Amino acid sequence: MNPTDNHYPTGESFRKSLNGRYRIASIWQAIFFSALLIALLSLAALLYNVVDGAFGYVAFEYKNDPTEFTAKPLDDLNKQELLEILQTNLSSGAYTKLDNEKTMEKRSKSVLYTLVLERLIQVDTKKTWSMTDSILRGNEIKAEVAKKYPEAKLEFRSWLTPVFLTTPMSSKAEFAGVRTAILGSLWMVGIAILFALPIGTGAAIYLQEYATKNFLNRIIQTNINNLAGVPSIVYGMLGLAIFVRALEPFTSGSMFGITDTNGRTILSAGLTMGILVLPLIIINGQEAIKAVPDSLRQAAYGIGATRWQTIWHHVLPNALPGILTGSILAVSRAIGETAPLIIVGASTFISLDPEGPFSKFTALPIQVYQWTTRAQTEFHAIAASAIIVLLILLLTLNAAAVIIRNRVQRKY
Amino acid sequence: MQTNETPEYAIETKDLSIFYGAFKAVSDVNMLLEKQKITAIIGPSGCGKSTLLRAFNRMNDFVPNSHVTGEILMRGQNLYGSNIDPVEVRRSIGMVFQKPNPFPKSIYENIAWGARINGFKGNMDELVEQSLRGSALWEEVKDVLQKSAYELSGGQQQRLCIARTIAIQPSIILMDEPASALDPISTLRIEELMQELKKNYTIIIVTHNMQQAARVSDYTAMMMLDKEGSRSGTVIEFSETKRIFTNPKDKRTEDYVTGRFG
Ligand SMILES: Nc1ncnc2c1ncn2[C@@H]1O[C@H](COP(=O)(O)OP(=O)(O)OP(=O)(O)O)[C@@H](O)[C@H]1O
Ligand SMILES: [Mg+2]
Repeated sequence: MNPTDNHYPTGESFRKSLNGRYRIASIWQAIFFSALLIALLSLAALLYNVVDGAFGYVAFEYKNDPTEFTAKPLDDLNKQELLEILQTNLSSGAYTKLDNEKTMEKRSKSVLYTLVLERLIQVDTKKTWSMTDSILRGNEIKAEVAKKYPEAKLEFRSWLTPVFLTTPMSSKAEFAGVRTAILGSLWMVGIAILFALPIGTGAAIYLQEYATKNFLNRIIQTNINNLAGVPSIVYGMLGLAIFVRALEPFTSGSMFGITDTNGRTILSAGLTMGILVLPLIIINGQEAIKAVPDSLRQAAYGIGATRWQTIWHHVLPNALPGILTGSILAVSRAIGETAPLIIVGASTFISLDPEGPFSKFTALPIQVYQWTTRAQTEFHAIAASAIIVLLILLLTLNAAAVIIRNRVQRKY
Repeated sequence: MQTNETPEYAIETKDLSIFYGAFKAVSDVNMLLEKQKITAIIGPSGCGKSTLLRAFNRMNDFVPNSHVTGEILMRGQNLYGSNIDPVEVRRSIGMVFQKPNPFPKSIYENIAWGARINGFKGNMDELVEQSLRGSALWEEVKDVLQKSAYELSGGQQQRLCIARTIAIQPSIILMDEPASALDPISTLRIEELMQELKKNYTIIIVTHNMQQAARVSDYTAMMMLDKEGSRSGTVIEFSETKRIFTNPKDKRTEDYVTGRFG
């Protein structure tokens, strides 16, 4: 080929071929953009679906007329008056029981108000509507209620309320809350991280800083990577076999003189979740340790540091933000897991706050799962509210991870 | 005082070969390095200069599957002997790397840490000042000792790394292209500093810069792949720097130092 020959298009034909290239580029750009759009739309649909369920009209009747208990409108009663109504109308046995659970005087006004509704007036929910229906078909709904349930009151309400967050479980959707479930989830996650963080970090350090690249260690590494992808239900089976059954004396607390539980405790659930997130914590920890540059290790070794001094004073402090961020993200996976908890044996109905690692427990996803399987639509509404609580918890954890990552910026 | 007839040797290599797995990177090096002199190691890229240098303080131990044959003797002891702890070797043979690598800590702490982990019992403030003076950095940083070392310029960082090394009072300092990441002025300062340091330390420096080798070193080791087709490097000529640059014995050395090769 003669170097002076020109085999490239010039002038008009160059411009034409360039336009062709631009056309292909813009087609691909449109394809990538639609991919993004689909992803965003599905996210929006998910959020909309949850929010749609948690707000809306509800038609309900009072079984007992409020005027039987008080002359005033219910909403105008103060705390003292509510207390008196409960005292005079509840059977003394029922009142003492409530008082023993938590002193009545110490309960807030909204809690007492709820008790009056739940125990005395007794609300009977007839029907609930989604937020969209409530907004778009308000008049139709009003007409329907007037015709079908002439006695009923119609109210636009948010099922997600402060009371919802602070009341325990109840068999009536109107009075059920997620307090027990939130506490259960937090206990569980706490135990999981206390268990998995030190072990996971230790394993990551070993694999990254000590293990030589031999056959055995490669197998271990591969298996850890695979374990991170094992379906969570398998971890549930493991937890059932090991923590609930084999280690029952420990997990039930009978070793420590606690007698009223079996192995299906918060401790078992927390340890199961700990094992579930362990591979993720190890892998994230390894990545964080890998990100510490070798030049730093060499600097330390070069002035006579031992391996341990190098790890403890340089590798670990510099990897710590990464390790913490990775662990929080791993744990935020655990908080939404349902399957292992069902297998390990979360209680579906429990109204007492967990008192410690040896308590029976429930957790947010269990509550959601349980409520969505009920036939009455009001349970679907509180399930949606519980999902919102779960999502907020997740976002808080993820935000914490991002904040840690940004606060401690890379120094090297 | 040493006399010219009986030079004292800081370190000696005997039939030293260095392997990465089955690959022999450096073969059969025999050198006697004089105390309180600067020895430069020069040679084309990939001939094993860094490998040889790292063998002196057992930094190659961190490369999986690497090993050496032959001996490196210091005060009559083989540094690779079974009774020798590599940590002890690194404590008495310090190293300064090509890229400045201070710790992400304060200037003060960069020097104090090495002293502390090696069980230093004296006055730390004094040691820090003395080391920084020794590396000609004191005047520039004496008021900002608590500042992060990462806020220093590259040249200052490299001098801090030298200060960190001399703070643990090694007997030999290894330098692997210590000025290659620096501008000419910083380079000059490091070179001046080496002349100062040589009063107390034996220095071995790897450099690609012929002028630098000629300017600063007393002895020069010329390394090269030992023969056609082989990938092992070896020292083909080792003598006084003046000689290497004016009257080399080996044709390849002459070609290399005059820039006709490599
Ligand atoms: N960690 C290692 N593992 C395996 N082989 C290595 C390793 N480090 C260096 N080598 C090989 O050893 C030989 C010598 O490398 P070395 O880094 O000592 O050369 P050098 O003379 O310092 O080169 P340069 O002037 O480019 O720094 C090269 O062939 C290189 O590929
Ligand atoms: Mg090199």
